[in-house]
Amino acid sequence: MKLRIVTFSIMTIIVAAYSCKSESDFLDIGPTNVFSNEQAFSDTNLVVSVLANLYNRQLDFSTVKNWETMADFSETFPSQNGTIQDLVKRNDWGYGMWSTWDYTYIRELNLFLQRCEAAPQLPEGAKKKYMAEGRFLRANYYFEMVKRMGGVPLILEPMVYDFKGDPTYLQHARAKESDVYDFVISEADAIKNDLKADVNNKSRASRGSVLAMKCRAALYAGSIAKYGGVTPQVSLQGGEVGIPASKANDYYTKALAAAEEIMNGSAGAYALYTKKPDLADNFASVFYDKDLNPETIFVEDFRLKSGKVHGFSIANQPRFGAEEEEGGRLNPSLNLVQSFELLDNTFAPLPVKDGSGNPIFYDNQTDIFAGRDARLAGTVMLPGTSFKERTVDIWAGYQLANGSIISGDERGQQKTLPGGAAPVQVVGFDGPINGKEHTAQTGFYLRKYLDPKPGSGSRGTGSDLPFIRYRYAEVLLNAAEAAFELGQPGVAAGYMNQVRARAGLVTPLDGGDITLARIMHERRAELSFEGHIVFDQKRWRNAHVIWDGASMNEADLLSNIGGANKRNTQPFGLWSYKLHDPGNPNHGKWLFKIVKSPLVTGSNRFRMGNYYSFIDDNIRSNNPKIVKQPNQD
Amino acid sequence: MKLSNYIIASLLAGIAATGCKKDNYDPPASSLSGRLLYQGDEIHVEYNQVPYQLYQYGFGKLGPISNTTFDQDGTYSVLLFDGEYKLIIPNGQGPFLWKKTAGGSPDTVVVQMRGSRSLDLEVTPFYMIRNPQFNVAAGKVNGTFSIEKIITDANARNVERVNLYLNRTAFVSGAGNYNVANVSLSGGSITDPGNVALSVTIPSLSPAQSYIYARIGLKVQGVEDMIFSPVIKLDI
Repeated sequence: MKLRIVTFSIMTIIVAAYSCKSESDFLDIGPTNVFSNEQAFSDTNLVVSVLANLYNRQLDFSTVKNWETMADFSETFPSQNGTIQDLVKRNDWGYGMWSTWDYTYIRELNLFLQRCEAAPQLPEGAKKKYMAEGRFLRANYYFEMVKRMGGVPLILEPMVYDFKGDPTYLQHARAKESDVYDFVISEADAIKNDLKADVNNKSRASRGSVLAMKCRAALYAGSIAKYGGVTPQVSLQGGEVGIPASKANDYYTKALAAAEEIMNGSAGAYALYTKKPDLADNFASVFYDKDLNPETIFVEDFRLKSGKVHGFSIANQPRFGAEEEEGGRLNPSLNLVQSFELLDNTFAPLPVKDGSGNPIFYDNQTDIFAGRDARLAGTVMLPGTSFKERTVDIWAGYQLANGSIISGDERGQQKTLPGGAAPVQVVGFDGPINGKEHTAQTGFYLRKYLDPKPGSGSRGTGSDLPFIRYRYAEVLLNAAEAAFELGQPGVAAGYMNQVRARAGLVTPLDGGDITLARIMHERRAELSFEGHIVFDQKRWRNAHVIWDGASMNEADLLSNIGGANKRNTQPFGLWSYKLHDPGNPNHGKWLFKIVKSPLVTGSNRFRMGNYYSFIDDNIRSNNPKIVKQPNQD
Repeated sequence: MKLSNYIIASLLAGIAATGCKKDNYDPPASSLSGRLLYQGDEIHVEYNQVPYQLYQYGFGKLGPISNTTFDQDGTYSVLLFDGEYKLIIPNGQGPFLWKKTAGGSPDTVVVQMRGSRSLDLEVTPFYMIRNPQFNVAAGKVNGTFSIEKIITDANARNVERVNLYLNRTAFVSGAGNYNVANVSLSGGSITDPGNVALSVTIPSLSPAQSYIYARIGLKVQGVEDMIFSPVIKLDI
């Protein structure tokens, strides 16, 4: 009985104590796994993690996360069986290629900016920096959109639906193409002083990255204005596509000014990377040297053992003796290889045959590539060179005295040569063998972006080599192009010579040598596989010229190298053979043959409707104010 | 037990008999077909490059319900349900001018479908290839033709080039795998549009065949699609 009374009184006390709390408080329990907006924007660490999400959602083209996007445009042959080989089998690009319409990202950037602005607890200095970073990401994505789609709706506030049944007030028309470029440029001007000039801050926005974005955007807008007249049908009446020619000079001036701002050091001590004595090694190191690299401006960084690594080296390492039984997917084409200049600044095909059509014999496999731009060996893994201290084994077979070929259809296959006693290897362990995936089917592997670190080619480790979005050499080339278009060829030559000297082309060009074709070539030589080729050709309105859909033969391939209108519709290869003719002074020497893979059946055709990517019918159906792109069906 | 088996069996039979009717529509059965014509002459185009679009309003989302291309000989055909459709050729497509509205968008042809019908589309090409003649001699295909300029007003454009294409199949055009040989003559080098001659060597074909297809194409400056002559099969 006593016990009961005690229990009862304790319960009464408990109930009494809790009943004072109001009912609503009792039921109102905050979630333990989600931060409210106020909480998320109350602490700098939390804001950085929100920003990290936004940084991770940037859109890139031709990145190390996706080797397939580097494989197109006849710059490579994709050495993997399956759908990727449609790249060399189809005849044109779909109108939807390269399109993007990620207004979810834009909305979340706008929300970030709104909430960050309103947060009361953030220190003023930090808030300014975060706001600048958010605006940089937003401007950079608008730049990415305008490159691909032309003018798009410029939405700068998060939009809210009022649930009254009529959403038409949320529908916005496309802005003019020039307005979007103007927005990117003006945002860059507005935020550049809110960010520190820090040359070692590569993966977050810095003053350098903002200026590099402005420089590239202004250059793009300038060239669209200038060269839009080449394809008058690629335009819309409302200016959503196409920029008036009268604006060209203004944009070029801005591009040059932004580049010179970086060059004069006001954004940090950026410079060309020149740490290694061997110029080809030096060029390759630009992409993998993460230790105080003065050239890179803005990158997507990776880190071993953090979960954020990529498999580019796994996919593209030389296959023979690699850390996994795969690799070799990107095979650069002979079209690209032969476009690299000789050291006397002239263009020439690789000397395969002499004047009377007989093959030229070489003592070493690499001799045929001697005396060229060092960026060739820095970009392309040539036969006879080595990676991770192992020589790549690329050779197609033996040629006999009568001209017949002995080769194999398995990697490193052995056969008995005429007059021989025992079987010997008759084809390289790295190919080339037509149709054998992951071998060097053009006779070349890719070197740019390959990580020489041990383990980079093994699936369990991966690579932490960064993907470069903006780097100093591009800034110099942007400046050179802008100066050239502004009628200052001498200035242009000066900037271009800096980039060329680093590649071993030490005979300087003078102002009279600079032409648009030279600039086009220089960008291809320096920036191949870095996601520039298609956007560069688009802004020069030259894409329909070089990718005109006609098939190519050997004579086409070898003519007009370095020309602005050089056709580049099908990737070719260069296969090396050893001569087997005992008694002949050339016995055991190398000869080369130009080949087009039988798998290359299509030819690239860039249609007028490809200049601006297709806007999906669903988007236009939801928002009738969006006008169609020109020249599409 | 027996009874329930019967019930199940008859139920299944009933479902099978009626099920298909419930949720399937008849396929479209009305055929719309026609040709591209200029004053009664056929206009031939490149395979898979010149599109036309059909729209039907009143069923939700906008956007073309059919978005396909004319055949090489300028014909088209599509199966539709009965109803009202609108047909256009999008701006900038085809080697011809299509009627436009005052606002500059392509004018619409209203198509009423009540059973199958044919509808020829009248367009104004920039040029016509007249009287194409082919012959085979000494391992070459020789083609002669005349060029008639149709549009001579402010919209007139010059000839960029003319080509003679050869292919081993009946698909012949400038696209990479639709020709095995071709020869080109730039517009500036044409002295007499009334008599143009092109000649191209027949390449060795592997596997060999005793015939080849030939066709003449004309590229107009600033117009993407080419005008073609009919495809001709030649014995070699």
